Amino acid sequence: MKKIILLLSAVILFSISYAQESNLPSVEIKTLDGKVFNTSDIKNDGKPIIIDFWATWCKPCVKELEAIADVYEDWQEETGVKIYAVSIDNSRSMARVAPFTNAKGWEYVVLLDPNSKFKEAMNVVNVPHVFLLDGTGKIIHQHTAYSEGDEDDLFELIKKVAAGEEVTH
Amino acid sequence: MKKLSLFTLVLLSVVMSAQVKDVIKGHLHGNFNIDVQQYNSDSLIGAEKPPESVLMNAYGNFTYTYGNFSGGLRYEAYLNSLKGYDKSYNGQGISYKYLSYQNKKGLGVTVGNFYEQFGNGLILRSYQERMLGYDNAFEGVRASFTGIRGVTLKGLIAKQRLFWTTGAGIVRGIDGDFSINDVFNLKGSTQIVLGGSFVSKYQADKNPILKLPENVGSGAGRISISHGGFFLSSEYAYKSQDPSADNGYIYKPGEALLINATYSQKGLGVYLSAKRVDNMSFRSDRGQAINNLNINYIPDISKIHTYTLAAMYPYATQTNGEMGARAEVMYKLKRKSFLGGKYGTELFVSYATAYDIKRTPASDTSAIGVKGYDGYKSNFFEVGDELFYSDFSTGLHKKLSKKFKIHLEYLYQEINFDKLRGELDHSGNKMVYANIAIVDFTWKIKSKRTLRFEFQGLFTKQDKQDWAMGLIEYTMAPHWFVAVYDAYNYGNKHSDLRIHYTTLSVGYMKNSTRIQLSYGKSMEGVICVGGVCRVVPATNGLSLSITSSF
Repeated sequence: MKKIILLLSAVILFSISYAQESNLPSVEIKTLDGKVFNTSDIKNDGKPIIIDFWATWCKPCVKELEAIADVYEDWQEETGVKIYAVSIDNSRSMARVAPFTNAKGWEYVVLLDPNSKFKEAMNVVNVPHVFLLDGTGKIIHQHTAYSEGDEDDLFELIKKVAAGEEVTH
Repeated sequence: MKKLSLFTLVLLSVVMSAQVKDVIKGHLHGNFNIDVQQYNSDSLIGAEKPPESVLMNAYGNFTYTYGNFSGGLRYEAYLNSLKGYDKSYNGQGISYKYLSYQNKKGLGVTVGNFYEQFGNGLILRSYQERMLGYDNAFEGVRASFTGIRGVTLKGLIAKQRLFWTTGAGIVRGIDGDFSINDVFNLKGSTQIVLGGSFVSKYQADKNPILKLPENVGSGAGRISISHGGFFLSSEYAYKSQDPSADNGYIYKPGEALLINATYSQKGLGVYLSAKRVDNMSFRSDRGQAINNLNINYIPDISKIHTYTLAAMYPYATQTNGEMGARAEVMYKLKRKSFLGGKYGTELFVSYATAYDIKRTPASDTSAIGVKGYDGYKSNFFEVGDELFYSDFSTGLHKKLSKKFKIHLEYLYQEINFDKLRGELDHSGNKMVYANIAIVDFTWKIKSKRTLRFEFQGLFTKQDKQDWAMGLIEYTMAPHWFVAVYDAYNYGNKHSDLRIHYTTLSVGYMKNSTRIQLSYGKSMEGVICVGGVCRVVPATNGLSLSITSSF
């Protein structure tokens, strides 16, 4: 057992020291009209991208997307950012996602990940979990949980990414 | 153990054999999730102190991707498993490991562990839900092909995870998904997607009395149609004779039908759903029970509630037979309208109900449910007499000003305690009827300081009678929060059981890391995620939870 852990640690340490950039995994999920969507097709013409994992039953997730919905138009005008709202509602509630998001009037690209395949591939533990990607699809920042006002910090980062500035934590 | 070392060596050699400059292009990601709880004994609430005093569930996931190749593993440690989780998890090791290849032409192959779902999961779904200690991961081989526009094909042969081993049966399945518009290059506003799957399981028959089918087959077909704001999706599944511990070893085939219809436009959403399930428990070991070795997943028709008292009496799918329906309307009164106010107002009303199916004797000479026979006959369109569950809820959600938001909700629930939990409630009743009211008020004091209040009341003459709950949460964005809540069983007819369950929590968040520390008492109850439930015992103590992704 000890050997395994040692070997593993070696692999991990070795890889961590070199893993600099990130690309999106290629996973098949669904669009709201039931078609298959490959996550490697998440793109925004070289402008910043947000991937927001959420669920209809997750209150903080809905709060975050509501807060952003109020300012999304301004964000898009200023930075060209595009938001993919990936719902992890399973087959129990995924049919409810379209009426839910439309009733709220959200303008996001809403996708369905009913068996959490994309969520697992992105190593998300709990929702909400937000990824900020630059125009090349590289993950610049990620954040879990939501507190009121977090969207302002996120927007500051989006502006930096849009302007091609370095983001430091 | 030998298998594990071999796997690690393979993973290692793959990584090492690539030249260093190539490895630079690879990516390593992962996450951690650690839950530790210290327990005090508290005879008043029925909380017992385990001999270990402190228990832990911990998980670490690692995923390495390099070009078309990826591999990963999960280490799990239950030292020992938290109360309410199955003690069969006690121990530690690598529970999940895989190697996968996916090329640009659409061919994908995975060996080792994987999760999969066909359609809605009616005949096949493997997944994990840590909150429930649920994990029926496959271990075997899967292949998929997406090289033809509009077509997705998948196939697998595997065993399933059962704690630290795999179950007795072997599962074989194929699935196809066809987007008609893409396949035939049809333009137009109507989108049609068809799908079908076939799943069979093999398990040897060692029963000395009954002749059990060693191979059990199941098939499912599905369709979804979208046109403008309308969306209709349906799936029907059929399963051949599958005598099992769940159905009392009867030989009747199983079937399930699920229909969802929605209409939505900006500001309005309508959701309708109906289902019928008859003898559809499907496991890769016919003798297993509870949440072990399920091959399929029958979605639950009730609304998912997150407020504590609204979720006190959750519903769980009855795979042996149920008929249910649900309707919900969500509407947003426009901004700056007379009723909508400056920010608009969201209104919703929802109703869900589930009944038993109607069963009649399979023949004039047999009783219902006799082991070794067909069991019963059931008219597809006839609803049974026994109510399992109903749930009515309505409410509104409104931003009052830049600083204030409010959420109001009223619910009425009917719960067949006897059927859903297999026992009478605390007052000896079969049915529980509850009225529930919720007020959730958010006050944004200044840009990064928020106070949130929750007041909840549950009023019932059955079970433990009336409850009140209050919560105050103070958030200092972006890093800190502190919350205190108290659930008070003030109406309990036994005055010595009018107990306060008080908990204090502090949390810290940064980027993708979250740490939470809580101290206090929590109620016994049932946690359900997506129709699968876990009984949570009452606890009193200190708990620490850490999650982090990288």
